Amino acid sequence: MTVQGWMLILVFLILLVALAKPMGSWLFAIYEGRRTPLHVVLGPVERGFYKLAGVDPNAEQGWRRYALHMLAFQLATFAFTYCVLRFQDVLPLNPRGLAGQSPDLAFNTAVSFTTNTNWQSYSGESLSILSQMLGLAIHNFLSAATGIAIAFALFRGFARRQAAGIGNFWADMTRVTLYVLLPACIVYAIFLIASGVPQTFLTSVDATTLEGARQTILMGPVASQEAIKMLGTNGGGFFNANSAHPFENPGALTNFVQMLSILVIGTGLTHTFGRAVGNTRQGWAILAAMLVMFVAGTTVTYWQEAAGNPALHHLGLAGGSMEGKEVRFGIAASALFSVVTTAASCGAVNAMHDSLTPLGGMIPLFNMQLGEVVIGGVGAGIYGFLLFAILAVFVAGLMVGRTPEYVGKKIESREVKLAVLAIAVLPLMILGGTALASVLPAGLAGPLNKGPHGFTEILYAFTSATANNGSAFGGLSANTPFYNGMLGAAMWVGRFFIIVPALAIAGSLAAKKVHPESAGSFPTTGLLWVGLLVGIVLILGGLTFLPSLALGPIADHLAMIHGQLF
Amino acid sequence: MTTATLFTPALIGPAIGDAFTKLDPRQLVKNPVLFTTAVVALLLTVLLFIGGTSLSLSFQVQLIVWLWLTVLFGTFAEALAEGRGRAQAASLRATKSELTARLPNGKTVPASQLKKGDIVLVETGDLIPADGEVIEGVASVNESAITGESAPVIREAGGDRSAVTAGTRVISDRIRVRVTQEPGQGFLDRMIALVEGAERQKTPNEIALTILLVGLTIIFLIAVSTIPGFAAYAGGQVPVAILAALLITLIPTTIAALLSAIGIAGMDRLVRFNVLAKSGRAVEAAGDIDVLLLDKTGTITIGDRAASEFRPLGGVTTDELARAALLASLADETPEGRSIVTLAQGRYAVEIRSLPKTAEVIPFTAQTRISGVRIGTTLIQKGAVDAVLRANPGLGETATGGDLRRIAEEIARQGQTPLAVAEDGRLFGVIALKDVVKAGVRERFGELRRMGIRTVMITGDNPLTAAAIAAEAGVDDFLAEATPEDKLALIRKEQQGGRLVAMCGDGTNDAPALAQSDVGVAMNTGTQAAREAGNMVDLDSDPTKLIEIVGLGKQLLMTRGALTTFSVANDIAKYFAIIPAMFVALYPSLGVLNVMQLSSPQSAILSAIIFNALIIPALVPLALKGVKYRPIGAGPLLARNLAIYGLGGVLAPFAGIKLIDLVVAGLGLA
Repeated sequence: MTVQGWMLILVFLILLVALAKPMGSWLFAIYEGRRTPLHVVLGPVERGFYKLAGVDPNAEQGWRRYALHMLAFQLATFAFTYCVLRFQDVLPLNPRGLAGQSPDLAFNTAVSFTTNTNWQSYSGESLSILSQMLGLAIHNFLSAATGIAIAFALFRGFARRQAAGIGNFWADMTRVTLYVLLPACIVYAIFLIASGVPQTFLTSVDATTLEGARQTILMGPVASQEAIKMLGTNGGGFFNANSAHPFENPGALTNFVQMLSILVIGTGLTHTFGRAVGNTRQGWAILAAMLVMFVAGTTVTYWQEAAGNPALHHLGLAGGSMEGKEVRFGIAASALFSVVTTAASCGAVNAMHDSLTPLGGMIPLFNMQLGEVVIGGVGAGIYGFLLFAILAVFVAGLMVGRTPEYVGKKIESREVKLAVLAIAVLPLMILGGTALASVLPAGLAGPLNKGPHGFTEILYAFTSATANNGSAFGGLSANTPFYNGMLGAAMWVGRFFIIVPALAIAGSLAAKKVHPESAGSFPTTGLLWVGLLVGIVLILGGLTFLPSLALGPIADHLAMIHGQLF
Repeated sequence: MTTATLFTPALIGPAIGDAFTKLDPRQLVKNPVLFTTAVVALLLTVLLFIGGTSLSLSFQVQLIVWLWLTVLFGTFAEALAEGRGRAQAASLRATKSELTARLPNGKTVPASQLKKGDIVLVETGDLIPADGEVIEGVASVNESAITGESAPVIREAGGDRSAVTAGTRVISDRIRVRVTQEPGQGFLDRMIALVEGAERQKTPNEIALTILLVGLTIIFLIAVSTIPGFAAYAGGQVPVAILAALLITLIPTTIAALLSAIGIAGMDRLVRFNVLAKSGRAVEAAGDIDVLLLDKTGTITIGDRAASEFRPLGGVTTDELARAALLASLADETPEGRSIVTLAQGRYAVEIRSLPKTAEVIPFTAQTRISGVRIGTTLIQKGAVDAVLRANPGLGETATGGDLRRIAEEIARQGQTPLAVAEDGRLFGVIALKDVVKAGVRERFGELRRMGIRTVMITGDNPLTAAAIAAEAGVDDFLAEATPEDKLALIRKEQQGGRLVAMCGDGTNDAPALAQSDVGVAMNTGTQAAREAGNMVDLDSDPTKLIEIVGLGKQLLMTRGALTTFSVANDIAKYFAIIPAMFVALYPSLGVLNVMQLSSPQSAILSAIIFNALIIPALVPLALKGVKYRPIGAGPLLARNLAIYGLGGVLAPFAGIKLIDLVVAGLGLA
């Protein structure tokens, strides 16, 4: 580990925290439906959309209606993307004449982008321009907006008193897309173009290498997709190499900005939550708990990557592990990137996670197993974290001698039932899927490596899919009907079996009275609460995965120390 | 009521028996976590006979025994808590079974045949056969069977003291009682059911907690049932018995086993405190109270006011005023009247000891609000300032009338009640009656404030007096000149703001407010209507108890939270005991996770399961006694409890499992 490396991490953290308030305030204005300077230009567009769709943005929806409209919208866009991918061979804008995807691959890919996962069973280069732009890029916006909309709905549950509605799904979607994602991405894309990221309808250029060989270099509208890929924590790369590709991520500056842009909306939403419930310290407490876990994870990964592989040291290769890393980023920036991308549900990578040291790679895995609540994906991070907060209040809140309440709302059987249901989805799909793949021949055919490392490859795939991360550990041949189907199911369940309970909780909470805070209320700000949150996330969210981690990365690590590699 | 100690042989014996009868699946299924444990224990018992495992017989048998013990410890905890209540119930039931009722037509029938609306006659020496209302006569009644208080109380037709309770004894006179409860729903029946805990309904918070425990059980079931798949990948397998051990140690057996004992014990504490809650929900609500409405008289001040000072008007000497006040009060037998006599004879040294024979006493009436005495032609009047002025028309407009008002106002501002004295239509001055604030209430209200509870004093006094007393007693707010409607409106307003309100009351006109409040404590001396409207009845009729009731509610909730936290925190150590033991055969290097240095895999597993079982009886005393509540505010309280039960819950099993492992290895058990 170097001073330079730590400085990078420190500056990153400072900027991240500094951006939380402005970002959160902007999101709060949109949450409230307030007029912003952007309304001068985009207001008519927004109203035009409503008129076109016949939507009354002020019509409050109860949670069932909100959830129903959300699900219908997801199913419709899923079906649309499935068709675009399946039949890209006969659709326009396919200058390279690429074939349509197979049914299982198209299913997997469409689910993947609908659920903000962006797991890529296909390789980015096998898609037509139409598929990239109409099939996938659209979801980059919509799935991100969906996540934020759900977070808004849950915030309203906490903030409102004795209300029947939790907002309007269409209004939330439109406003988030129009006033947050779209303008931010335009600015961001321009920055990327200026930094050297291509933005063109040309599909490739031919270059002559120094040896005189002809090389075809693929290009395309990369910058625009890159912007939303990061801001919307989508992570689906234009190229298969993702952010390790120089056209996606040309240098140190773009790398730094990309990492920030992955987390900026997630951290901002913690502040928005605080504003929504009328006490910004509530938001800061959540962010603090997230950052404790984030810093701990970053430390482990950076330390392990910098320590390197003892087996290679014996061969005289001193220093940290550079396998699978880009020389232009180095160890610290790669380690930080891999923690950032899995803390959020992004899944973009600038280094190959399969090549991380076992414990260095365990942190990204563990981040996702916690349900990506360490800052987390846009919207998904905060609504997932609030589910844990509900359980934390419920377990420990009684210890102050009152029935549990969080930001003034009583936490009762209904909320507990729904929160547990949502959290149980993670072990069910991750561990259940991994166990199944570990015994079925179709599953066993997947991993490239043997031993615990191979096991980690399977575990990582199911974890990444269920947590809607989409990053690939690599080493797993996932483009098979078995994995496409299983992982597709994991992505769908991991997304909507958490969103629907979260909306139900929002509905249940919105209908309740607000209990004013007093000296006798359970304190949900301050260090004690931060510690409690971390404890509950680790014990209820993390411990379940300890057996799988012991048999995967931990066994892998111990073997490596003893000089055995897989 | 007798106070039983925690563990008497008389209670433990039957509880052990009951622990076994509670294994009945129909009963056990109500506790899903213990039920799961029992199913797993049964499964292993069956597998033992089928065989086909590499594990040694001795290890398997020990494991199975400890699993069954885990279940039995849980049922035992519940049985013990119920047993404590049942001892009380038995004596109550004995009273009930011997009750008979005499009907107006002279017939005698068993009390169990009485219906609502029946009329019964009760005479000296009889036990009252059913809950009811006195409709004719006055009697003194010994209610010690219910309250433990042997001093008799007066029960009479009409007014606020008309309610009588089954099982109490009339010790003088004769009354006619109208039965107000259907058979089996009376006070005594409810009390029996409550202390026995047999018909106990789970409270909302208990239901929610049970859901969480079931949820955790499901999550851990998923975690454990996927392990064989993982092990298969690693080219090995894990015996079912070891998977079962991991599952049972991870699921929250500790809190599940103690949950109903905590609830029963909490209710029991309230009953021992002579408060009868009609539901467990009310006890939970007591912990949540934000606002306490307290009646001034009897709660904040000692019931009676005492004369503190005579304030003569210009042209009247203090002696003259003291003499007049004394004469007007000699026949006044109220505590206030007597205090005036004492003050005049004491501090003001008036030498009169009794009224002359010719004196004619004018009694106090609600209409005139004046009392006094006529001695010969001299008329002395004493009463509320405005009442005295009204009785002497024209005085109010004079200069002395103005002075009187000014002095009266000054006295009121000091929290005292002014009484005017007039002789033959001439104003003499004012007697100041001082409300005596009970010793220690200021500190109590300070405590309540730290607990986040606002106290509101309810009084019929005028706002000036009320404000002064409120300031002296240290309450947060007051409601002066309060009518029952004002009280109800105040409760509604607080509830609209999301606050929970507790109050106590005894009169029929309190009933709506009692019903509206979240915790309404009716005084046992109160009317049947009040007792019906409240969700708790204080058998001692002591309004101060409201404060303790809140404390008991908090104690119940804290105990539940502390043991839940402890139970969940225990899982970390258990993982570290079992995971290395389970996987060391697959990857020997995973032995480094054996941070406790347990002697062997089998001993590690056994030690974890033994710890998991033994922690239940070890925590039974805490569950029954309750975690001590300290009024130190939520923040410090949480810090304290989190340190003890959270951090303690993480660390204790590391030490416990290690110790047990030393014993297990030392004895060569595994």
